[in-house]
Amino acid sequence: MAINFKDGVILGADSRTTTGAYIANRVTDKLTQVHDTIWCCRSGSAADTQAVADIVHYHLGMYGITNEEPPTTQTAAAIFQELCYSNKDQLSAGMIIAGYDHRHGGQVYSIPLGGSLHKQAYAIGGSGSTYIYGYCDANWRENMTEEEGIKFVKGALQEAIKWDGSSGGVIRMVVLTAKGAQRHLYLPDQGYQGPGRQ
Amino acid sequence: MTSIGTGYDLSNSVFSPDGRNFQVEYAVKAVENGGTAVGIRCKDGIVLALEKLVTSKLLKPGANKRIATVDRNIGVVSSGLLPDGRHFVSRARDEAAQWRQLYKAPIPTSALANRMGSYVQAYTLYSSVRPFGVTAIIGGWDSEAELPVDGQVGSGPKVGAGGKKDGAKHSGPSLYMIEPSGLYWGYYGAATGKGRQIAKSELEKLNLADGQLSLEEGVKEAARIIYVAHDDNKDKEFELELTWISSLDGPTKGRHEEVPKELKEEAERLAKKALEGEDDDEEEEKMEE
Repeated sequence: MAINFKDGVILGADSRTTTGAYIANRVTDKLTQVHDTIWCCRSGSAADTQAVADIVHYHLGMYGITNEEPPTTQTAAAIFQELCYSNKDQLSAGMIIAGYDHRHGGQVYSIPLGGSLHKQAYAIGGSGSTYIYGYCDANWRENMTEEEGIKFVKGALQEAIKWDGSSGGVIRMVVLTAKGAQRHLYLPDQGYQGPGRQ
Repeated sequence: MTSIGTGYDLSNSVFSPDGRNFQVEYAVKAVENGGTAVGIRCKDGIVLALEKLVTSKLLKPGANKRIATVDRNIGVVSSGLLPDGRHFVSRARDEAAQWRQLYKAPIPTSALANRMGSYVQAYTLYSSVRPFGVTAIIGGWDSEAELPVDGQVGSGPKVGAGGKKDGAKHSGPSLYMIEPSGLYWGYYGAATGKGRQIAKSELEKLNLADGQLSLEEGVKEAARIIYVAHDDNKDKEFELELTWISSLDGPTKGRHEEVPKELKEEAERLAKKALEGEDDDEEEEKMEE
């Protein structure tokens, strides 16, 4: 999931990767960097989403160098969408793109299975998301502070982990603001209290 | 040019012993014979102007436009060999379209200038081609608004101030000129073609770097400069072509368009009046002798 808050965006995800009933990785990092302050949340096929993120990472790197200016979140979303839409028959990829740029501030885009592009206030995706539509609708507010945003994301992911068998492990977050990217980690054995900022 | 006739000017991709590419220099000569083209970067927009020399009385006035639109917000005017200019524009349109296909957004003027600079430069490298016989002026207004990604579903909610600075300036007008060598610079005011010397000295008088000239004043100045730079003795007939690009809340709403008939006629009237004024001054001076 990813949300807009007062100073930028926050991305959050659990850390479970499964192959059928087997947990292939319990500490997966599903928050993937594609540029300095443009990141994405990957859901669906791990192989497909990693491959797509890699291609976008390459394009944004080239964009930054050739245009002597960092790409915007919109640019990233456009490239993600082109890849997801034109290869829709072969891909199983649900992406959420969130980024901060000096022109637009924080932005969140969602690209669900068919490859459509939606700009949203916040976006949730993946198997656990079905369980937290109600939580998010009831608790999301515009212009939250960073602290409130983190509390909201953590609360939502905790619910997803609680109810969804395919979600679990640790909670990872990335906070994107004018100051750059900041990672957070919350472990289950301490009730997701910490350690927090990395 | 003492090295002319020594064989070093016969092919592209061959340097002369003193480090020159004569084919490129000859291409510049072709440009120097073309009608004057002028571009002005104003406070709130871009003006492109062209002295279109009338080569035959059988040509329909107002037809055969020479200033081209490359993307909605970008215009190109060139002087030199006409077909080379059209090929240049065609390539520029391809570049703009290609950019849109990948990034789902209009190409920034600076990026277009960069790509076209590279394209023109490539024509100085190979013996199988000749350099472009044009110098092109690219003018554009890169939107200051938050544009939706092409094809995006809905415009999205206006949420999350995101630390965005209200009132911070982004984008705006830009003007570039590309020469046959592939060299390009960004300009406040650019001129090329036959009357470029006169046009440039007129542009310098406008103090464009101060950013005070308005778009409408720019249109009138551009028209006047084309009239001043026109040499009556060499070429009798010419047509003035005028286009402009304003901001989203200006008269063209961020698009590259022809200057409306009324404003163009007004600009031409003022230009002719300014010329007559010049002539009067000369006569007065003579009477004083």
